[in-house]
Amino acid sequence: MNCSINLSTAAAIAGAALVTYSLRFGGLILADKFPKSKKFNKFMETLPGTIIVALVVPELLSAGFWGGVAAFSTGLCAWKTKNVFIAMLVGMAIVAVSRHPA
Amino acid sequence: MIYQLKKGAVANLPIAASVGVYGSVLGVLAAQKSITWLELLVMNLSVFAGSAQFVMVDMWGPHLPVLEMVFAVLIINLRYLLIGASLNPLFKKSSITQKSFIMHFVADENWAVTMAEYRKGTATIWFLLGGGLCVMSVWCFGTMIGHQLGAVIKRPELWAFDFAFAAVFTAFAVNMWRGKEDILPWIGAAVIAILAEKFFPGKWYIIIGGLGGAILRLIPGVGRKQPK
Repeated sequence: MNCSINLSTAAAIAGAALVTYSLRFGGLILADKFPKSKKFNKFMETLPGTIIVALVVPELLSAGFWGGVAAFSTGLCAWKTKNVFIAMLVGMAIVAVSRHPA
Repeated sequence: MIYQLKKGAVANLPIAASVGVYGSVLGVLAAQKSITWLELLVMNLSVFAGSAQFVMVDMWGPHLPVLEMVFAVLIINLRYLLIGASLNPLFKKSSITQKSFIMHFVADENWAVTMAEYRKGTATIWFLLGGGLCVMSVWCFGTMIGHQLGAVIKRPELWAFDFAFAAVFTAFAVNMWRGKEDILPWIGAAVIAILAEKFFPGKWYIIIGGLGGAILRLIPGVGRKQPK
């Protein structure tokens, strides 16, 4: 079993941990100093959604026809059930079946 | 204090069940990317943020795009600034040591459960911490089980494991949809990301698309919030 962590892995995890902790703690400590403007809040509220879209759309474009069908079904399922896990299984099942020639 | 810790942990159990399932998926995917169980565990304990960890594992490769990863984590987790700020009243009488320790254990789940409790007037910082410890334990447990499973699956492409990220993120996106005000930012994020993927190296298109889309929300007159 490999138990060593190499340098770039350590840097990525440490960087991500530091950034995340700073946001958690910073939010609490600097609560009174945040801009009260609506624009700031709008921007912050919109970010998580847009970054996921920016991540997934190029990925889906390279997934082919069945990838598109699977993504649509996943989206529909997530919308109806609000359950990420079930929605994911639906998408994976469609892609898996499309790869098994009958 | 012990009573409040327990109460917080128990209150988070139902949501922790889904955190565990979700963690096991991350574990399977991490194993497919040859991330060791130790690396994954360190990540769980130090980063402790679900969607950010999914993005990190998705970006994982033989040459780690460290800077892109850290930026992506920063942007996805920016919401923690608002989450942290919203907890300010709860920590009014707490010491700086308590604040700096407990804030590490704040995840979306135990934050939401604590805010619901806060509205009833019965939340404490220990209730928040109890919930955080519960969610973190289940998160680690789920990912480790998933990692064990992932290591024994041969030919993952036959089971469409390579499609799992696309599916998870599609489902995330649908759950994040808030209404008409998202239309323009989302179309913008998609278009900008597709273009940026062609012109910029590595994974920067994710960050450029995400920021670009969110900026579109600020155009006056566009996407005024609809009353619910």
